Amino acid sequence: MKHVILGAGPGGVIAAETLSKQGHGGAITLVGDEPEPPYSRMAIPYLLSDIIDESGTYLRKNPDHYEKLGIDRLQARASGIDTKKGRVALDNGKELPYDRLLIATGSSATTPPIEGLDGPGVHHCWTLEDTRHILKSIEPGSEVLLMGAGFVACIILNGLVKRGAKVTAIVRGPRMVRSMMTETAGGMIKRWCGEKGIRVLTETNATRVTHDGGLKVDLDNSETMNPALIIVAVGVKPNMDFIDGSGIETDYGILVDNHMQTNIEGIFATGDVAQGLDFSSGGRSVHAIQPTASEHGRIAALNMAGVPATYKGSLLMNVLDTVGLIATSFGQWQGAKGGDHAEAVDEDHYKYLRLEFEEDRLVGACSVGITQHVGAVRGLIQSRTRLGHWKKRLVQDPTRFMEAYLGSTQPVG
Amino acid sequence: MIRALQIEPVKCTGCLQCEMACSYEKEGVFNPAKSRIKVFNFHEEGRMVPYTCTQCAEAWCLHACPVDAIRLDAETGAKIVVDVLCVGCKVCTIACPFGTINYNASAGVVVKCDLCDGDPECAKACPTEAITYVDADWTGLERMRDWADKTANEQPQA
Repeated sequence: MKHVILGAGPGGVIAAETLSKQGHGGAITLVGDEPEPPYSRMAIPYLLSDIIDESGTYLRKNPDHYEKLGIDRLQARASGIDTKKGRVALDNGKELPYDRLLIATGSSATTPPIEGLDGPGVHHCWTLEDTRHILKSIEPGSEVLLMGAGFVACIILNGLVKRGAKVTAIVRGPRMVRSMMTETAGGMIKRWCGEKGIRVLTETNATRVTHDGGLKVDLDNSETMNPALIIVAVGVKPNMDFIDGSGIETDYGILVDNHMQTNIEGIFATGDVAQGLDFSSGGRSVHAIQPTASEHGRIAALNMAGVPATYKGSLLMNVLDTVGLIATSFGQWQGAKGGDHAEAVDEDHYKYLRLEFEEDRLVGACSVGITQHVGAVRGLIQSRTRLGHWKKRLVQDPTRFMEAYLGSTQPVG
Repeated sequence: MIRALQIEPVKCTGCLQCEMACSYEKEGVFNPAKSRIKVFNFHEEGRMVPYTCTQCAEAWCLHACPVDAIRLDAETGAKIVVDVLCVGCKVCTIACPFGTINYNASAGVVVKCDLCDGDPECAKACPTEAITYVDADWTGLERMRDWADKTANEQPQA
């Protein structure tokens, strides 16, 4: 039995490890297109902040790890799949036969269609290679234009500021981190950035970039900037162009069932590229987050190894550290239809918590400045625990969520 | 024999000796805010409830860690944070459905109960035996595991 895994991110690596531990006796090939050992994009901000070196981003620290588990690593990029013959075409001209295939190719950072943005001095902050370029381009006092104010943009701010960069962030929309933060929370993060000396311009776009003796950027607020570096962090999209024409069903991502299998038997997908069961909506969503990749990878591998495993769905959850201000969001943080909410706001101390309910169940949350016991929010949402009389207490004081969790689920008496 | 912390809230008086002992052992200061075991005050019920990591078999924190910084101590069954590997990304703090692994901003890493290498200070400090360190089969861990099953994102197979 030949197992081929395309993509060496967390989903692919956990799938390979799970297959190995199942002891199925077949070959496991882990294909990645980057030259480094499998690493975590989650760790890149900490490389930028000098907290770790490149090896600190590696998913597994023992250099023999993959070899010991019988996992063959191959550096190549898939260019197509022949599902009839069971072969993956690679960009090095070779073909890789498979019996079971896992597509774990992740996502890539996107570039908005702005004139001149494809020239030198413009980088994403998505790969180790990107990070090396950024590190080379920044000196104390360097002006950096950060395009985007979402998750990735926020988590790399600390590293940029720590290196002495003067950062201006521009964002098309009216607020920061709008894909995971409420208006109040996004507003707090913006105010915090201002206090840290970061200029955040909302509802602002770059219209043109020129490279005549240094970068020159025209903004639509009629300002012109001359940054040393432009970092583009406006979003990501699933890497699935190579499956065009393969017959594998896609929507926003590759559609998978509750066993992480695509419409084609023997072909599975996980992580950022997979559109699978969404715990909150019951529909299928792409949740491009580490915990989902990890869970998907395990479920897919068990099914590939012939051990039936059924996924109960991914819960959206994020934790964001914007120059030291920590924020989280979970599940239906924007609220459920017909649901209600509780909110506590302390603007002076940058503390915020909003809980979203459906009847007496917690279905979503968004927080700023709260670091203790936040996991219990996930526990309450994912167990669909009936809060009973704790609902009323939480409406009065949402910060008692840990007591609500203990009181609703543990023998406290 | 794997042992586990057995917590009996009915015996807890809320003296916070466990929090003091934990913070002193782990952080070198007597500061309940830095303790990895917390005593929650259920004032409506007139009850104090100590709570910390149950070292659950699912090990959500360990599986969510992107940089292999949470390891299993085979001797005690504890899930342990390797400080030098932890980058402080906090993904484990949202992944753990029990809320028992938390970010310590001053250290820049996450912290959790590690059972003090098999000799937990909280249990030794508790004057009323509300916290004891006993054979795991005796701790009522089954009830906690039922809860873990409810939370699990994988359906048990028939």
